[in-house]
Amino acid sequence: MILRRLLSRLATTLVTLLGVSVIVFVTIRVVPGNPIAMMLPPGATEADIDRLRALYGFDRSIMEQYFIWLWGVVQGDFGTSIQSRQPVLRLVLNRLPATLELSIMALVIAVVIGGFLALTGTRLRGTRTEGAIDVTSGMALSVPDFLWGLVLILLFGVLWPVFHISGRISPQLTSEFTTNFFLFESVVRLRFDLWRDLVSHMFMPALALAIPLAAIISQLLKQSLKETMHLDYVTLSRTKGYGENHVIIREALPNAVLPTLTLVGVQFTFLIGGTVIIERLFSYEGLGNMAIDAVINRDLPLIQGIVILFAVLFTVVNLFVDMLYAVLNPRLRHA
Amino acid sequence: MSAFLSIRNLSLVLKGGPRLLRSVSLDVEAGEVRGLVGESGAGKSMIGKAVLGILPRSVEVVEGEIWLDEVDLLKLRPSERRRKIGATAALIPQDPLTALNPSRRVGPQVTDRLVDILGWKRADAQARALELLAEVHIPDPARVMRSYPHELSGGMRQRVLIASAFAAEPKLIVADEPTTALDVTVQKQILHLIARMQARHGTALLFVTHDLGVVSKVCGSLAVLYGGLVVEQSPVRDFFRQPAHAYSRALLAATPKYTDPMAGLNPVPEAVITAVQAEVAQADASWRNGGWRHD
Amino acid sequence: MPSSTPGFAMLDARAMVKRRLGLRLWLSGGWLVVLVVAATFAPWLAPHNPLEQDLFTSRLPPFWMAGAEPGYWLGTDSLGRDVLSRIMYGARIALVVALIAGTATALIGATLGLIAGYFRGWADLVISRLVDIWMAFPPVLFAILLIAVMGPGLVSVIVAIIVIDWTRFARVVRAEAMAQGAMDYVASAQVAGQKRLGTMLTEILPNVLPTIVVLLTLEMGIAVIVEAILSFVNLSISTDFPTWGGMIAEGRTSVHQAWWVLVFPLATLFLTVLSFSQLGEGLKDRFDPVLR
Repeated sequence: MILRRLLSRLATTLVTLLGVSVIVFVTIRVVPGNPIAMMLPPGATEADIDRLRALYGFDRSIMEQYFIWLWGVVQGDFGTSIQSRQPVLRLVLNRLPATLELSIMALVIAVVIGGFLALTGTRLRGTRTEGAIDVTSGMALSVPDFLWGLVLILLFGVLWPVFHISGRISPQLTSEFTTNFFLFESVVRLRFDLWRDLVSHMFMPALALAIPLAAIISQLLKQSLKETMHLDYVTLSRTKGYGENHVIIREALPNAVLPTLTLVGVQFTFLIGGTVIIERLFSYEGLGNMAIDAVINRDLPLIQGIVILFAVLFTVVNLFVDMLYAVLNPRLRHA
Repeated sequence: MSAFLSIRNLSLVLKGGPRLLRSVSLDVEAGEVRGLVGESGAGKSMIGKAVLGILPRSVEVVEGEIWLDEVDLLKLRPSERRRKIGATAALIPQDPLTALNPSRRVGPQVTDRLVDILGWKRADAQARALELLAEVHIPDPARVMRSYPHELSGGMRQRVLIASAFAAEPKLIVADEPTTALDVTVQKQILHLIARMQARHGTALLFVTHDLGVVSKVCGSLAVLYGGLVVEQSPVRDFFRQPAHAYSRALLAATPKYTDPMAGLNPVPEAVITAVQAEVAQADASWRNGGWRHD
Repeated sequence: MPSSTPGFAMLDARAMVKRRLGLRLWLSGGWLVVLVVAATFAPWLAPHNPLEQDLFTSRLPPFWMAGAEPGYWLGTDSLGRDVLSRIMYGARIALVVALIAGTATALIGATLGLIAGYFRGWADLVISRLVDIWMAFPPVLFAILLIAVMGPGLVSVIVAIIVIDWTRFARVVRAEAMAQGAMDYVASAQVAGQKRLGTMLTEILPNVLPTIVVLLTLEMGIAVIVEAILSFVNLSISTDFPTWGGMIAEGRTSVHQAWWVLVFPLATLFLTVLSFSQLGEGLKDRFDPVLR
């Protein structure tokens, strides 16, 4: 059952990814604008331009270019960056860990804050506190991560400078790492000095990304919890002598989480999309920041690679959530 | 207090609204089976909910005492009250399909009270649960303990819930319309099962139902409610031979007989309704004059 | 009687929400009116030319601080340009983008959604698949990519917003149109001999319209923020024209020397985005007879 579901999802995922690649490919090439001209120093001749066009394959038809590119991709070759003359795949994979760590940290923060607010709101339902939580999460939801990032920079970078608001890590510490998963590595190697430096850099951008998601989680989960609290098994549990906290956490929460989960999955892909501008805002050396540089430099192969990678990330997250739902839901697990 | 459960003068109101229970007094002796009968909205299940401490938030106790096992529940702090109820009373709920938590295995839902509230060892609780599941005629109890509720039929789930209610040897069980949600074929079995379990364990049973036929089979005595007012309390034998109250008589006449389903379908006459409503109004009037005022 | 118990609690809550709703609509509507007035009459209202540079008056603090100069209410930036005047002129860009991009996105997205939801068949297949593909794009990156390809400028910004956000309307309107199409009154209209297109416009559209209006309000807020992000990364209209995003980018670099260059445009943007979304949420509750 789960396997069949997985396979059919994989098939649609593949179609989606192909669609993404076609659209990116066509967008970049159909619309006027000459990336080659921008690469060359002033005073380059027509012949120079033609030579470069041939080198990057821009002299062929779009169809041809696409299939050449696709064939390369199948073999693990995403082309070469125009700007840095390095393989796109290597560049992109070097930056991916930074973005992944930031997104996952943001997700954790969002789940902790959102979950806490939902549980508190349910525990204190009908009180002023619940009203305050509703209003706060409504506000938090209406304002996107970009603005929260700026507000955080003002509050905790300028007004009360307790966090770093620029970069991923203090520059002199970069050489301490052997992988690009800095945060993960610092934990595994028990280097908490590095960990602290990393977190003090990452916390602000991660929080900015997390605030809207935390608000969504808080609203959805609280709604779902309140519906669950009326159900008979919750009442039965009360008659057994259990208190409100136990009833909410042990009886209601496991059932309330499931409907929230799918929606949070989609929202998490929005969060990953948000890293593009948040990384820029906090000068965080991740994929998103590289993407904007690539766009400004018209580094077509690199842009393609990054957009595809983001699309892969999105679809993988959706796939993962779908599977998680299937695994967590006892009805599906045993059916 | 000689009775095991003694409700004295209990009044409930819907916050800012009318009384749901009107100075109800009711005794249940140890080991007795007491039926609570009335139409829907008569407040019969409110009594059960009040005893078990699961009244909705919008309902308020405005006066009265609920003595359970020599303690007035309403005088206890909430946490103490919960533990007292959990240790001495249990509920057999109405709808077995929604009364088991779908994301927890059946076993822990039977044993959790024994372990967490009564402080049993896990292994003992496990053994006890197996024993009781066998007692309610569940085949292969060990497997059922490991399964999830959705893997069991409605009748099986109700058996699990009955086993769970009796597991802690409570002195009092509230059965809130325990057969209403079941198939007719299963209803009879479950009814027999509850009666047999009650007899074997000697538990006092508060049986909430709208079905006088059920009462005649299971209960020793009954209380008839109308509009939150107890209009009649009597032993079942007397009641069916000679109901004291006009409303009771009408109710009895309105109950279909198993022998001839169409014969008894006489709706409660207007006059009887008017009379009993006057009684309710009378009760409210004297209650207000008695000093306590709401609002 | 017991079954009616939750009803009472809800009546109270409903009254409370209604009151807060009114206030919310008034506040957000009020702010947007102020903004529209400021933008429309900027040439007459603005105390200074927003482009006028004067290094002698650079980084003047806002009026209540020591060292402020009269006439420069919210201070000046590092080139000596008046912050208040730039915010007012920036509002013109923001609102034009909100209006044009929002409306165009609504028109295109809702049309596609209606077609997919009502006619179903292959049209639905194609549109739904496109929506799926669009969902796999990081929206900000997609927008930046489009601008890079088309070249910076206001038109590019508007086109980019339409291209990335039409799915927002298409998704919701498709679902609503499907639900409406399944209802009886549509069937009876068809029995009465109406053409399919006619049914769509006369029976379905009026019922989907409130949803579209709500989405449009929300979309305007999104358009404002996208424009700000694009001018923040310097891909919107040319840099010397005042935009909120551009001001924020400048303010970000000099935030330690002159916080007001960042704070005031940021606060304006914040309030505007919040107002659009609160207005949308408020309208949603108004249109929806059953409170969510």
